[in-house]
Amino acid sequence: MSVTAEQVRHIARLARLEMSEEELERLVPELNNILDWVEQLGEVDTAGVEPLTAVVPNALRLRDDQVTDGECRDEILGNAPVAEHGFFAVPKVIE
Amino acid sequence: MADATAPFCISGATGEWEVVVGLEVHAQITATASKLFSGAATAYGAEPNTQVSLVDAAMPGMLPVPNRECIRQAVRTGLALDAVINRWSRFDRKNYFYADLPQGYQISQLFHPLVGEGEVEILLDENDEATARRIGIERIHVEQDAGKLMHDQHATMSYVDLNRCGVALMEIVSRPDMRSPAEAGAYLRKLRAILRYVGSCDGNMEEGSMRADVNVSVRRPGEPFGTRTETKNVNSVRFVMATIEHEARRQVDLIEEGGTIVQETRLFDPDRGVTRALRSKEDAHDYRYFPDPDLLPLELDEAFVEECRASLPELPDAKRKRYEGVGITPYNAAVLTAEVETARWFDALLEAGAAPAQAANWVAAELFGALNRLGKSMEECPVAPASASELLGLVADKTISTTLSKQVFEIMLETGEGAAEIVEKRGLKQTSDTGAIDAAVDQVLAANTDKVEQYKSGKPQLFGFFVGEVMKAMAGKANPQVVNERLRAKLD
Amino acid sequence: MTDLTTLTIAELRDGFRSGEFTAREIAEQYNSAVAAARSLNAYTVETPDDALAAADAADKARQSAEFGPLAGIPLGIKDLFATRGVDTTSGSRILSGFKPPYESTVTANLRSAGAGMLGKLNMDEFAMGSSNETSAYGPVISPWRRREGSNAALTPGGSSGGSAAAVAANIAAGATGTDTGGSIRQPAAFAGICGIKPTYGRCSRWGIVAFASSLDQAGPMARTVRDCAILLEAMAGFDPKDSTSFDVPVPPWEGELSGDLRGKRVGIPKEYRIDGVPAEINALWDRGIEWLRDAGAQPVEISLAHTRYALPTYYIIAPAEASSNLARYDGVRYGLRVEADGLNGMYSATRAAGFGAEVKRRIMIGTYVLSAGFYEAYFTKAQKVRSLIKRDFAAAFEQCDLILTPTAPSAAFGIGETTDPLAMYLNDVFAVPASLAGLPAMSVPGGLDAQGLPLGLHLIGRELDEQGVLNAGLAIEERAGFTAKPQRWW
Repeated sequence: MSVTAEQVRHIARLARLEMSEEELERLVPELNNILDWVEQLGEVDTAGVEPLTAVVPNALRLRDDQVTDGECRDEILGNAPVAEHGFFAVPKVIE
Repeated sequence: MADATAPFCISGATGEWEVVVGLEVHAQITATASKLFSGAATAYGAEPNTQVSLVDAAMPGMLPVPNRECIRQAVRTGLALDAVINRWSRFDRKNYFYADLPQGYQISQLFHPLVGEGEVEILLDENDEATARRIGIERIHVEQDAGKLMHDQHATMSYVDLNRCGVALMEIVSRPDMRSPAEAGAYLRKLRAILRYVGSCDGNMEEGSMRADVNVSVRRPGEPFGTRTETKNVNSVRFVMATIEHEARRQVDLIEEGGTIVQETRLFDPDRGVTRALRSKEDAHDYRYFPDPDLLPLELDEAFVEECRASLPELPDAKRKRYEGVGITPYNAAVLTAEVETARWFDALLEAGAAPAQAANWVAAELFGALNRLGKSMEECPVAPASASELLGLVADKTISTTLSKQVFEIMLETGEGAAEIVEKRGLKQTSDTGAIDAAVDQVLAANTDKVEQYKSGKPQLFGFFVGEVMKAMAGKANPQVVNERLRAKLD
Repeated sequence: MTDLTTLTIAELRDGFRSGEFTAREIAEQYNSAVAAARSLNAYTVETPDDALAAADAADKARQSAEFGPLAGIPLGIKDLFATRGVDTTSGSRILSGFKPPYESTVTANLRSAGAGMLGKLNMDEFAMGSSNETSAYGPVISPWRRREGSNAALTPGGSSGGSAAAVAANIAAGATGTDTGGSIRQPAAFAGICGIKPTYGRCSRWGIVAFASSLDQAGPMARTVRDCAILLEAMAGFDPKDSTSFDVPVPPWEGELSGDLRGKRVGIPKEYRIDGVPAEINALWDRGIEWLRDAGAQPVEISLAHTRYALPTYYIIAPAEASSNLARYDGVRYGLRVEADGLNGMYSATRAAGFGAEVKRRIMIGTYVLSAGFYEAYFTKAQKVRSLIKRDFAAAFEQCDLILTPTAPSAAFGIGETTDPLAMYLNDVFAVPASLAGLPAMSVPGGLDAQGLPLGLHLIGRELDEQGVLNAGLAIEERAGFTAKPQRWW
């Protein structure tokens, strides 16, 4: 498989990465190189092999239902580029 | 309103169409104090961004830790819907960008949901078991809710409140088994009732703790499914039904005009009663689901599932059958079990010793009427089940008549006094004293000699008049049966 | 007075305890050394006051004889660790100005053990890189230079390049690193120091800016194996805030250190003899085998058949996870924001301006391999191969107790020398398999190449057997006699 400029443009849109045409041109062969290389995995016989689900044999722990956090609005908003009246502010969204 | 049980068809210019409906219900787990993956509170209505942890705000390096109680409530819900509980499940990331989604992904379950197939039985007509339908549940998965955007606070900006962000949701996905707005309405009401019985979700659609994505398609009867549209976040039973009505009609019109339905996301506009395509998410969605590497697989042991099962209350269907088994009419049984508060109140009434059939009639007629008048819900019922049982006991043992009991009940509602106390204090006790009754009978007959004549000359319907007059003379306290006997003895 | 910056952590600890010198003296000397070494570009933020405050607290605590195991030890902290109130940028423009209102579990553990922070260490942007050249703050320059000819600036490796350079140049007694696919071990090898990546789940990931969650592990970088053991003991431990954290006690790694490997079998994977690897590296590997034999271990040939697929597997899984982990950098809650038309415009402009080329490349690859129609062929396939790689190790550990390989296929290279992304990725060919399997692994200096640049030996252990890895590391350290230090030019 190899990716086209159109596909790269689509992926960039999905990833919310604005890209100039020059950048795109440069990226297409780079991505194709990498993809060609990773495609050697196709040689591996993985019939009947389950995908790895846990890196180490460890079970998911569940925590108790207790309120232990929150009430820290200043910390939450403290690094925000734009915050007003206790809210984060973003360019207006039209639904 | 049209008969809910009649087959629902849309007549287009070119013939009949069938509507196919599936619902994805997002039910917030309101039973927990904290969020699905963080220790922030879930209470409704807090100041913006005060119930937000570093995890909810997706600060760099923050990690999710699942809340056991959320998992437990979802499992209990699954069991209540007769569903398969998957002992091995896992969380996946659903990736998309939006201002209400700080992580840039929602932690959800696509590949291995916690709960598998189940079903809900709905009854389109409470009096008719033959109108029962089974609606399949495909799955229930647990996921994070998103935050909230406010668009009307600023001219050029939207404001983001993350309080709701990370609250646990159960997404209850039905099979496309519904064929009419009425079926969808009945399914939603039934699902809501079950959730409230289980206690996992309060079903409060106004506060958004229960919302539905409505999948609608149309087809010619017997043909394969058509292309469906998904109308997002519809927040009342009425709106869900309206969405289906409108969307089905729109699709039929479009197809008949030679158009094709596109699979798309739509919004319901409650003011105009129509659906419209969503503008802001027009990008083709590609959610790039993959297992969340921050979380290991969720493995449940038998003991966990059994504890969930053991903790379930009696559910609406079982309760309805039990009520019917003790002589309560199917209609009353359905009405009494529709809401968990009613059922709980009624069970307490039975426990206090009330006779089931009589009690059911009284609740359905008198109590509901009174609450309606007072504008109160069952939870705010001013009369305790034990007091009501006392009142019904006085009728059952003929201390007061049914007629008088209404008066006593009114006084109970006004003053909060007990029924026996009211009857005692106000001398409302029913009398079977034949001496007093005879005296009243004689007095009434003497005062109405003309009517006595008419009765005797062939107007037996006047008998009721005499009974009424005697009761009036006795201020309602006479035992109606004795009055009947004595009148017959004198007249016939 | 002696140059305290040349001492190991164990020596500093002992001298501090015996009263030979104070913690303040240590901190002051280090602060000066840090300030004098800015040409290395190892630190992105210097926090001399933090180091002094911790030192003063240590000196005070010593009077009451109640002090932590790292009292008076000044460390450098990789900029991937959130440090409360101190800029934490992960080498990225997109996090410029970000001051976390929280402290990562690992650095909090180090602080409560008494350590002080000299500053935040430069790194490849979001830990994506093997040469430190992807940092928004410019590359770290290795303190090492080639013996002959050129004075070309060399890379300290990456992504924990600032950590490696700082420890090698004596501007940190030790440092934290993180390792996703070799980011502790390869720079440790390039800089002639020790570095251990513990078992996945040993160190909490809470508060460490995520790159690839199923691979990221924190670990120490220091001048000796013993120093690594000391630091790791303080860093590791169960953390209920990390769902993947191991709920097991932290063993007394330092106390149990022993270079006596009698009864141990050392696996030598035949597939790691790779074409194109310089003869010097294979020669060092052979010496390593002899050193371990000398320590009492018995070398055995093993097979890790899927090794050659480890890198491509890694370069599907790591970018996929990263593409999702980095979605949160959207200009809304912290860091850079570039205003543009509408919400999506702002997102795209912010991310375009905030991420560097390598990060963008990986986000693109990651987004692609997860996208509709490609997920099974790439991501699921890679996770299956990952299962096979893990199986290979499980089978190998039936025959041996630990595994010895070279750390990297080359010594440090010059800044700007490697421009092809794929060639850069090959740096981690020996390191990545252990990452994919979550196993503990360590790099220990083994010697110098013909250019006088350090080369490392790489030890891989069973799950949770950091002790076995450290012990074998000690055995090599005792025999390699690696005392070379970079000639000071900065």
